[in-house]
Amino acid sequence: MGSGKSGNRERAVAAHNGHERMSNEHTIKTISGMDSVNATVLGADEIILNMGPQHPSTHGVLRVKLKLDGERVAGSECIIGYLHRGVEKIAEHRSYQQFAPYVDRMDYVAAVSNGLGYCEAVEKLLGTEAPPRARVVRTILTELQRIASHLLWLGTHALDIGALTPVFYCFREREEILKIFEKYCGARLTTHAFRIGGLQYETYDGFEEDTRRFCNDFAHKIDEYETLLTENRIWVGRTKGVGILNAADAIALGVTGPVLRASGVKWDLRKALPYAAYDQYEFDIPTRGTGDTYDRYVVRMEEMRQSRRICLQAIENIPTGPIMARIGKVLKPPPGEVYHSIEAPKGELGYYIVSDGTTQPYRVRVRPPSFINLQAFDKMAKGSLIADVVAIIGTIDIVLGEVDR
Amino acid sequence: MQRLKARFGDAFREASLDRKQAIALIAVEQLREISRYCRDEEKFDMLVDLTAVDWPKREKRFDVVLNLYSFAKNERLRLKAHAGENEPAPSVCEIWPAANWMERECYDMFGIVFEGHPNLTRILLPDEWQGHPLRKDYDILKQDTDWVRENLGIESGQ
Amino acid sequence: MGHLIPPSIMPFVLPVVYAVVIVAVLPLLAGYIVLMERKVMADMQARLGPMRVGPHGLLQPIADAVKLLLKEDIIPDKADRLMFWFAPLVSVTMALLAYSALAIGPAFQIADLNIGLLFILAVSSLGIYGIVLGGWASNSHYSLLGALRSAAQLVSYETAAGLALISVLLLAGSLSMKDIVQAQSDQGVWFGFSVPFGFFIYLVGSIAETNRAPFDLPEAESELVAGYMTEYSGFRWSLYFLAEYANMVIVAGIATTLFLGGWLRPGARYHEHIPGTGIEWLDALPALLTLGVALYSLSLAPKQPVKIQKIVMVLVAVLCLGVAGILAGALFAPPAVMQGIHGAFWFMAKVFAYIYAFLWIRFTFPRYRFDQLMRLGWRFLIPLALVNVIGVGVAIVLRQQLAWGPIVSLIPTTLGTLGVAMFLAKDDAPTVAAHLVDGE
Repeated sequence: MGSGKSGNRERAVAAHNGHERMSNEHTIKTISGMDSVNATVLGADEIILNMGPQHPSTHGVLRVKLKLDGERVAGSECIIGYLHRGVEKIAEHRSYQQFAPYVDRMDYVAAVSNGLGYCEAVEKLLGTEAPPRARVVRTILTELQRIASHLLWLGTHALDIGALTPVFYCFREREEILKIFEKYCGARLTTHAFRIGGLQYETYDGFEEDTRRFCNDFAHKIDEYETLLTENRIWVGRTKGVGILNAADAIALGVTGPVLRASGVKWDLRKALPYAAYDQYEFDIPTRGTGDTYDRYVVRMEEMRQSRRICLQAIENIPTGPIMARIGKVLKPPPGEVYHSIEAPKGELGYYIVSDGTTQPYRVRVRPPSFINLQAFDKMAKGSLIADVVAIIGTIDIVLGEVDR
Repeated sequence: MQRLKARFGDAFREASLDRKQAIALIAVEQLREISRYCRDEEKFDMLVDLTAVDWPKREKRFDVVLNLYSFAKNERLRLKAHAGENEPAPSVCEIWPAANWMERECYDMFGIVFEGHPNLTRILLPDEWQGHPLRKDYDILKQDTDWVRENLGIESGQ
Repeated sequence: MGHLIPPSIMPFVLPVVYAVVIVAVLPLLAGYIVLMERKVMADMQARLGPMRVGPHGLLQPIADAVKLLLKEDIIPDKADRLMFWFAPLVSVTMALLAYSALAIGPAFQIADLNIGLLFILAVSSLGIYGIVLGGWASNSHYSLLGALRSAAQLVSYETAAGLALISVLLLAGSLSMKDIVQAQSDQGVWFGFSVPFGFFIYLVGSIAETNRAPFDLPEAESELVAGYMTEYSGFRWSLYFLAEYANMVIVAGIATTLFLGGWLRPGARYHEHIPGTGIEWLDALPALLTLGVALYSLSLAPKQPVKIQKIVMVLVAVLCLGVAGILAGALFAPPAVMQGIHGAFWFMAKVFAYIYAFLWIRFTFPRYRFDQLMRLGWRFLIPLALVNVIGVGVAIVLRQQLAWGPIVSLIPTTLGTLGVAMFLAKDDAPTVAAHLVDGE
């Protein structure tokens, strides 16, 4: 039981799908925060380029080893685990309620969704259901969180591709949503907004007005972003045809979320296996055909619009009643197991919880959408140019907290 | 369920319905064949999750759990197989490429070896790490108190 | 004064004075253009920009300069020391040298070369050496690749820009900067309006030449390949930086001279006078504008939180008042002096407007990928520029043979080039990254 030290290490790289070995031994030299490889000669046939864990565009600590043939990517390998915190192991030493805040820290960009998935999974384990009012408020907050997550994605993705302005506009909108969260539960980012069995806090006075005002303003803000990007020739040129993933590959690789929908599979857990209050509302599932970066962009923009639509419908009609189900303070679910998943902004977020009848779960497994979507990176990046790699990483929308847990 | 039982009779151990979820317990050696059957005949085209649970007091301590989903039928199925400590489990990578990293994670966390996996190395932990953290005998509290005692000379507050 | 200076040196005095002024002022100017960029960027991004160092960030460039001078000078171990030292010098020297032929006013020019434009273009091209040498001297694989890419981009777009300039030269008839402006005055229209496509091509070409977005792939931080400037720190880096902004001003200066009428007052034929005086409205405009700025700064001064900021604001107001005074006083001076001083004002105003366009474009568009960039230069801009040159030739024939007026003769040119542009733009080639979609 030792602790190994991670850091710069030398090893010959085995190609991802084959078993060829690279002939060059690689030493790693640092240039201003980026690791690069001293290949022997400029004319080397294939060189390995390391996008090191510290890099402005990898959205967290992700290391990508690219095997380059000239300018083209011939293969790639993602090295993850820099943010592994052992969340699943910790879960076995905490009670069900105590574990809930840990869940926010995985996909820290969309903490509310994580909380929703966990609370619903435990409720399923207990055999109870949150009361209607709680379900509707949960839906509203989760959809607001989806918009916030997509806004952050849009800003950072545009920044990677070189558009310097949308990121500020996106954060300005996101600020409004975070203010609503702060007024509701006191925290902006790692919210712990939901409790097992329902909600802890009543909605504050002005919750509906704030949300309605935000939704009304938001419609023409999205149009603003679209004006800047959607028809822009440079944007289209940088994203169309880049990182294509077809539907069959997507399903085989277990990819879910906007990436799957952009590849042509019209599937959304909110419609297929509804949870919370989603079956009461009308909304569309945006789908596109090709599965390139541009399609994923369009799908997420449209999803923001649909989320707004759901919010507006939900606010009209929040049922009155209790916000917490009648469950004891000490939770001892009967032995058994449950797998429950929700449509998080990144994809299908699933919780597989095994209970042995005590107050602490026996095993909590988180099915992380970013982890599984990142597997598709190799397929998407093969054959593209180096300059596109950054765009492809951005378009999968990963959060390293979720990839590594 | 009936079809599974009929086809794989002896390898099929048990079917259960826990809280409205279909769970099938199968023999680990037949995992690949049954998976292929599920994908092709029963149209479970997506592998949603592949994980393991450790029951150290049981003879075959690991539960390899596969969660499957069928788009066409909008149904979920869970396949479980018992695997012993040093018993390798067949890899389903060629059936569902999604299993690649998930099996690596199981190997990393539990030490379950998947036969036929193209690159079974540690994925989340550094390559030099000793031990498999999610096993129940990997005691993090004990590690913490030992380390604090050795390096800081005090008692850990955990 | 004439007796104190021996006649042999006399012709050199004024140019040397101008040269010293330009070399002294340019770093400051470049610094303030950086501040302008940051403020404009902030404005477009719905935020404020530098506000702390000096009132509204006005002393920021000075703080930056001090910081850069005090920074540790790091040279990579295996770098070629001589080249490492020399490369930024090449860039800066060439950038500064180009100013010698730039005419800011009818009499404000260091050297009235009769091949002025050619000289400037040639010297700017030599500046590319600074980039390549910088990449080479860093002794880094990727710095060199970045530098070569940058150089390739610069060379390609210079061709297009040069062709655009040629189309205007045909109309002007001379390479001397002074004569070009004179031609615009004689023909009564600025070439930017009569040859709009030439202007457009030059605009795009100049953005690419100065490595500005959307053509700044070699410099971008989020790209993998390190740019040529990566290994430079502190003062050396600031030399490259100075060269880049000096280049921007030169390019703006060329554009202003050739396309925007140089020092000519906009609305040269508009002679409405202020009632009761002999002063034309448009002539009074510079003084009024500067006076307005002075009054505005004065009004902002009491609102500053810190005393030193108040003082600086008042100084700024006083400075603007001084300039306003000079501009107003020039109204009553002999016409040559007035033209000189007001000419300088209009020239600088146009240069800043052009630079504002640079900044505006930078913050609106994403970045081009390198292959798309080269494709744009070679397959769109250069053919378009060639067509433009031919079109202007046709226009000149129309003028000479059919005696068409200066503006009318260029209408067929514009329409023809427009047609060709629309045709070429349809060549919306898909990205080169071909994907093996059928699986591996």
